[in-house]
Amino acid sequence: MLREVTARPQPAGNPYLPMTATVAEVIQETGNIRTLRVVLDDAEAMKNFTYEPGQVGQLSVFGSGESTFVINSPPSQKNYLQFSVMQAGEVTAAIHRLSPGDKVGVRAPLGNYFPYNDWKGKDVFFVGGGIGMAPIRTIMMHVLENRKDYGKVSLLYGARTPRDMAFSYETEDWLRRDDLDCTLCIDAPFEGWEHKVGLIPNVLTELNPDPKNCVAVLCGPPIMIKFTVQALEKLNFAPENIVTTLEKRMKCGVGICGRCNIGGRYVCVDGPVFTWKELQELPPEM
Amino acid sequence: MSMTRFVTPDGLPAFLAFLSQQGNRVLVPVEKPAAKRSIVFEPWREGMPFTLEKATVPAKEAVLPQSETLVRYKKSRDPENPSRISMQLDDKPEAEATVVFATRPCDARGYAILDRPYLKGPFADPYYKARREALTVISLTCNSGCNTCFCHWVGGGPTSPEGSDILMTEIEGGYVLQGITPKGEELLAASTLEDGADRFSKVEEVRKAAWASLVPAPNIKEAPEKLAAMFTDVEFWQDQTDRCLSCGACTYFCPTCYCFNITDEGEGLSEKGGRRLRSWDNCMSSLFTREASGHNPRTIKAFRMRNRVSHKYSTYPENWGSFSCSGCGRCISNCPVCLDIRAIVLAALEAKQPKAE
Repeated sequence: MLREVTARPQPAGNPYLPMTATVAEVIQETGNIRTLRVVLDDAEAMKNFTYEPGQVGQLSVFGSGESTFVINSPPSQKNYLQFSVMQAGEVTAAIHRLSPGDKVGVRAPLGNYFPYNDWKGKDVFFVGGGIGMAPIRTIMMHVLENRKDYGKVSLLYGARTPRDMAFSYETEDWLRRDDLDCTLCIDAPFEGWEHKVGLIPNVLTELNPDPKNCVAVLCGPPIMIKFTVQALEKLNFAPENIVTTLEKRMKCGVGICGRCNIGGRYVCVDGPVFTWKELQELPPEM
Repeated sequence: MSMTRFVTPDGLPAFLAFLSQQGNRVLVPVEKPAAKRSIVFEPWREGMPFTLEKATVPAKEAVLPQSETLVRYKKSRDPENPSRISMQLDDKPEAEATVVFATRPCDARGYAILDRPYLKGPFADPYYKARREALTVISLTCNSGCNTCFCHWVGGGPTSPEGSDILMTEIEGGYVLQGITPKGEELLAASTLEDGADRFSKVEEVRKAAWASLVPAPNIKEAPEKLAAMFTDVEFWQDQTDRCLSCGACTYFCPTCYCFNITDEGEGLSEKGGRRLRSWDNCMSSLFTREASGHNPRTIKAFRMRNRVSHKYSTYPENWGSFSCSGCGRCISNCPVCLDIRAIVLAALEAKQPKAE
């Protein structure tokens, strides 16, 4: 009955104590998404900071509080930690008010990561919806950096409108690359839009990826995950080949405070990355 | 046999004074004559009246205060170069050597239940750890049960030593104190109390009688699997939760509930500074799991009750091998609409075929 709990690599000492960091750069992605590049104040800690694609961090603005975001630069990026933040509540609003030079707190890395070693030799199909493109960007860049280890690599990135598409300065490159099959889509027709139109699950069905030897990796809002998983199942993707990340309200980030659990699992330590097979074994409470 | 000491009722204040002189804050049950008479733990002072009745509120605060500072933050400017800003973060736990005196075995087991996630999980909690290490628990065994308590259903009992450093049993003429842990034994050895070894047979008699006074417990061994199987039976959870007011009293009175929130108080990053707090929170609140996006996995109170009961009787057992309930019964006696967690667990056990969602 007792489940083995394994400690993950963590900064030594108090897990609630943030590392102080300074905002180096702010990128306005869309009307309500900003990307922050932050540098840890302790140069030694910055140099030694390592993480895996998919791991998250608690970013805090002192006086407003902390929220959880994926570290969305690839781990090979050693100069800064990048967080892309959609304004949704009080903490994210405070984060949006930050400018270069401002001080923040970072508790990272937390959680598990994409099992990219298991995908070697396989095709990988990435699906990012809205701000869900942030974790996909991390792992996709990591896979592209190790391109020879994988088969065909595809990306389907959807947003509500072209104006809601983050990382627009990178999409041209993604479309051009011949080692990446990139499809962009928006929900409804928009003047001047030359790519797909339609909801992600429908566009995915239309693209009809071959489930044989392929892993589908998807991130997005809960409703998009639900319908995209259904579409993938119809395309005969096996539950163990569907990988997703879960969004939950988190506070402690270390598996104690008790609000991000699904059954006996805590999304902040056992997740945020789960295969659909793992999720099917948990109570349906997403 | 372990170390035992004996103290008469008249000798108790001197024993409390001794505990205090050892450098401890001594929390004792004190009667509060309010509209609803209640008994709460308060720091003992010389001459203060106290009681040995079971407290209305457990002394969970000894390890997990309702609110505590995690980090104090402040920024300062370099006077030579005002554009240079530095930050100070102070995270020293506020732990104080504490004795909880005359708590009951159910509440002492509460500490053992909190210890697992807080000390044995993937990350040890330094604030809890500091308080826990500074804590000595002296429990008074129960000589009989009451109609809302059910410690013996969940692996405990009126004389359970789990979580206690010293077990104290009332016999005719006084109390026998039995050292359970090295910490408890050392404390007893340092005291001037008379030896209690020759009275230990009396203690065993009293403890046996306490067990005999209990109504036999139903077998709830299957509760973890059964509750997991009932998860999607929304009708079942709605039936059990109809009367619930979502007030959260069940969690705040609970010696084993440990959910918390983290918030910042005071100014933001300024020269005056502020602090990051941890405060009790509770899974019966509708906002507990609501995300900034508005998505909420536990939209209705039936789902929240399902979480509370399942955590105590299914998922905590799955992770830690014991129930996260010590059977103190306070969630029952303090519920404004008389919801009874025992009835929910029994109903789940008796449900024949879990219905699909």
